Amino acid sequence: MTGWIGAALPRKEDRRMLLGRGRFVGDLTRPGLLHAAFVRSPHAHALVNKIDGTAASQAPGVERLFTAESLGCPYLLAMLERDEFVPTAMPILAGEKVRFVGEPVAVVIADDAYRAEDAAELVEVDWDPQPAVASMETATAAGAPRLHDHGNCLVDLLMFDDDRLPEIFAGAAVTVSATFSSARVAALPLEGRACLAEWDDRDDQLVMHVSTQVPHQVRSGVAQALGLPERSIRVIAPDVGGGFGLKCVVGREEVAVAAAALRLRRPVRWTEDRQENLTAAFHGHEQRYRVKAAFSQDGRILGLDAEIDCDTGAYSVFPFTCAVEPLMAATELPGVYKVPAYRARGRAIATNKAPAAPYRGVSRPQIVLVMERLMEKAAAALEIGPLQVRRANLIGKHEFPYTGVNKITYDEGSYRESLDLAEQIVTEKAWAADRDRLRSAGLRAGIGYACFSERTAYGTPTMSQRRMRMTPGYDTALVRMDPTGEVIVTTGTCGHGQGHETTFAQIVADRLGVHPGQVRLRQGDTDLASYGWGTWGSRSVVIGGGAAGRAADVVAGQLRKIAASQLEASPADIELAEGVARVRGDDHASIPIPELARLVHFQAHRLAEDLRYGLEARATFDPPGTFSNACHVAMVVVDPGTCAIRLRRYLVVEDCGVVINPMVVDGQVRGGVTQGAAAALLERVRFDPEGQPVSATLMDYLAPTAAEMCAVDIVHLQTPSQFSETGAKGMGEGGTIGAPAAVLGAINDALSDTDVRFDHIPVLPQDLSAALNQAGAVP
Amino acid sequence: MKDMHAISLKVNGREHELVVEARRTLADMLRHDLGYTGTHLGCEHGICGACTVVLDGAPVRACLVFGVQADGAEVRTVEGLADGEQLSDLQQAFSDHHALQCGFCTPGFLMLAEAYLAEDATQLTEARARELVAANLCRCTGYQGIIEAVLATARARRPGRKPADEP
Amino acid sequence: MKPAPFAYHRAHSVAEAVALLAELGEEAKILAGGLSLVPMMNFRLARPTALVDVSRIDGLSYLRADAADAAGLRIGALTTHRTVETSRDPAVLNGFGVLPRSARWIGHYPIRSRGTFGGSIAHADPASEWCLLAVLLAARIMLTGPDGQRTVPAADFFEGYYSTAAAPDEMITEIWFPEPAERAALTEFAPRQGDFAVVAAAVSVDVADGVCRSGRVVLGGVGPLPVEVNADPLSGQPATAATWQAMGEHAAGQIDPPDDAHGDAGFRRRLTATLVSRALAEASQPGDEVQA
Repeated sequence: MTGWIGAALPRKEDRRMLLGRGRFVGDLTRPGLLHAAFVRSPHAHALVNKIDGTAASQAPGVERLFTAESLGCPYLLAMLERDEFVPTAMPILAGEKVRFVGEPVAVVIADDAYRAEDAAELVEVDWDPQPAVASMETATAAGAPRLHDHGNCLVDLLMFDDDRLPEIFAGAAVTVSATFSSARVAALPLEGRACLAEWDDRDDQLVMHVSTQVPHQVRSGVAQALGLPERSIRVIAPDVGGGFGLKCVVGREEVAVAAAALRLRRPVRWTEDRQENLTAAFHGHEQRYRVKAAFSQDGRILGLDAEIDCDTGAYSVFPFTCAVEPLMAATELPGVYKVPAYRARGRAIATNKAPAAPYRGVSRPQIVLVMERLMEKAAAALEIGPLQVRRANLIGKHEFPYTGVNKITYDEGSYRESLDLAEQIVTEKAWAADRDRLRSAGLRAGIGYACFSERTAYGTPTMSQRRMRMTPGYDTALVRMDPTGEVIVTTGTCGHGQGHETTFAQIVADRLGVHPGQVRLRQGDTDLASYGWGTWGSRSVVIGGGAAGRAADVVAGQLRKIAASQLEASPADIELAEGVARVRGDDHASIPIPELARLVHFQAHRLAEDLRYGLEARATFDPPGTFSNACHVAMVVVDPGTCAIRLRRYLVVEDCGVVINPMVVDGQVRGGVTQGAAAALLERVRFDPEGQPVSATLMDYLAPTAAEMCAVDIVHLQTPSQFSETGAKGMGEGGTIGAPAAVLGAINDALSDTDVRFDHIPVLPQDLSAALNQAGAVP
Repeated sequence: MKDMHAISLKVNGREHELVVEARRTLADMLRHDLGYTGTHLGCEHGICGACTVVLDGAPVRACLVFGVQADGAEVRTVEGLADGEQLSDLQQAFSDHHALQCGFCTPGFLMLAEAYLAEDATQLTEARARELVAANLCRCTGYQGIIEAVLATARARRPGRKPADEP
Repeated sequence: MKPAPFAYHRAHSVAEAVALLAELGEEAKILAGGLSLVPMMNFRLARPTALVDVSRIDGLSYLRADAADAAGLRIGALTTHRTVETSRDPAVLNGFGVLPRSARWIGHYPIRSRGTFGGSIAHADPASEWCLLAVLLAARIMLTGPDGQRTVPAADFFEGYYSTAAAPDEMITEIWFPEPAERAALTEFAPRQGDFAVVAAAVSVDVADGVCRSGRVVLGGVGPLPVEVNADPLSGQPATAATWQAMGEHAAGQIDPPDDAHGDAGFRRRLTATLVSRALAEASQPGDEVQA
């Protein structure tokens, strides 16, 4: 079964993108298309006394103006079945109150996008500003202004506890206590959110083209908000220009556009602009960890206690809820390390900011940063090498499957092996000599490591532990062969750059013995695909690809039986490869697969009854989940005169099990590392104390360019997953997960001759300058 | 009343005549009035470069140019790179080196590279290529594939080199 | 992010541009490369009622030696940064090599291909490269208005953040650098390659026989205007790293920089000390002479 698996096949998606023939929501044309522009709150927290749309409604080109009231006050409600969870309904258009700058209160529909913006400016709103809550500290202080009827803590989960901990801490050789934090960041896909909605009379359906990662959840969300049955909504994700988690939740603007199209019975489109995208969309990763860890003299962790706070913004996102970050953090903090006693409390704190959505990595960049910093601090306190401390704690190969104190079972990985190999490569390529040379030239330089695992492809039973009312996990694929032997595959996943059209074709082609060029993947259409969960959480190749593989196996089985009957052999002796079905070991006994397909479709009467009709099958895959792992190593150089921090070298030793397409995997790693490194060095979404966004443009929010990156070297280990149909593990988020810790580690190593250490990201040149000044350290 | 202007321009060698409002950007005019949707909008303030086209031989951010300014001009967009259905050397190099994932920023990078290589293909070093590629934003690839694709194309275009069939 | 409505006018000559500006009033703006103005318009932070597009006026893109006084350099307002960057003209490289060398700091290649010298001067960002060099090299800004032409020394031209002495009905037509600077350099710190400078240092020195006879230091990013600091510590000192560093510290002590998202005053002082020192070291190296 190794024909197409592991091949660096050029991507099928490339052609249309290179020719400029991609089909993104903004590219679609419709006769009579109307354009939506939103009226948004300039206040972080305010009551809405009155909305006067008179002037706007009469402005040139305006078709209609809608407010919450005129739409019937629809809302999205994401639910977690836990007592500790406070639900927060997100109104599609805010009615009585706004809770972050940029929250929409009205939508103007006009005949052209320019005029829609003109008219939106004419809407007069009588605001009653309220004191704003712009930080978790402010939100949790006594007497803090409340965003909703309840207090600002929207979820408070003591996920794990262990009453042995006080004693463990009392008796430990070393206890490390620290507070770690990471800034709010923006997913920043190059294509903002977008939605085109229109009513289709013939199919009696609202058809929505949405730039989304989760078409079925958009359908469910719109159905819920507008009180429609799901069958009367069709969601199609055409080409989607990146998502990174921003688009794996349902946007209220998408629902507003749907409502408008429904009311007007005309096509309506909204394309988010970058200012909206940076301020009024979704953010992520603003977290704080107050951690205590006890270590033995030889560096083993004895106990870990974490208070985790996540700044979740103004509302729970649909469908994941505000609990997604704290749950992930509290559950997965131990990571690749054996922690015998564990306490973790995770909270989601509401603030007057845009809501937090599951941005790439979710809480794992943060928990890896915490654990790796703990290892470094323990190493310093114990005067042991930091890699030695890690090795004292890493789960070893002979210990798999390992069930941790967090009740997670880790399937086989290469945690120690990837660290060993990374260290070996770093030694062979003389990183330390390079660093030392830089240091003697008067620069600061440092090397940092990050060891971590990435939980991927969470199936339903695993996801059910969160207790979401809409529990994701499974996915279902249909594989259908046409009369010419070509194949269509549909899945509920929804690729947006990950190369699914290529990798899924490789999986299916491998099973069917055809060429991937003959396998066409259709994703993103809720009318074509069985209910599925989209693309996020590094799930698609494992769950969608796994389902496709299983469905392909059923079709392959039918092909083998037909071939066997034609060739007078046993099905067990038939192999499908290179476009033919043949008796193993006998090159003369073969039938081309297209011939088999033709027989099934056009000569059904010639086949035995049980071999007739339709070469198609549907299969579902619902694995428990599988852990990939990696070891990242980063080197940075600090210019002492300016405190500029630059990446100089980067190595990834990663293990995602069986690699379907190494080129695609490497691309995901490099893209993820770039985002993660930028989280450590550049990116932060900022608000002033009144909740006014400070980083509202790309001049202020610093995204990484090619000049901020160095080459990323990648080495693959392959520990196949026993839980995956193909042996592949997910890996899409790994780069983003490991890079912040590795880069932060390198920065701290560059400061190793001072007392200055950083436990937060990003570390900016001005932070470094101030810290060095304060420490009286020579720059 | 809208301030409307009758203009004519060439896009990828093809003549167009139309009437546009003064404030309509070149990007919107190309995309919605002329149907060249390959040029994409990523920020509308001149930072991301996804809207890069070539205007009278120079690379420009089409979100910062008004359509009316292109009256009498020659514009090249991503749709003009291929020879019919045959990808150009640069486009092929992007695929060979995995220089795209979601594809949204890709036309901007192609036109950026195309403009630069037309000026000067011969002197491009890896450092220079990285510096060039830093002009535009990509969120998916981490840039390495883009840099390699541009370098490979530059090297293959150097005078004295054989055309595309050389390994 | 679509701009508010405006009336568009294309000027085919300077005279026509000036006449249009006068006719259209104070709310009309000149459109050259558009790289500073149009983003502001797309954000609707700038709402000119009319634009006078000067980008197609012939004869305003040039780099030429003074006819009368061969030592100077005249730059047409519509000369792109890229034209300056790639110039091989001895009139530019001999004596004004700091200009092409500094062009690489401006944005990225596509920005430099479209942005104009005059546009930068008109925009008056106090940390921008051409504004700093104009002050350093005592350039003179030539303006054409309804009453004719006038020349304003660079030091008097910049009045504050994004604010100049140009009247709403005047157009910059030329920037004249009367005096060459054999040993000049500009260096800056920006968060990312191509970003606006947080602090920039433009310096020139007069070095002979290993001694620095005098020098000038102009800083950007430390206030609303380019700031020339006192450069006395350079006079009569050996042309060595110790001198450059001392001048850097001296410069850092003379400024009162702002705090903002990119750094506080302490950070800007550190940058000033470093960048002045490095610029001086670079400037003190003799440039390559180019034969005509």
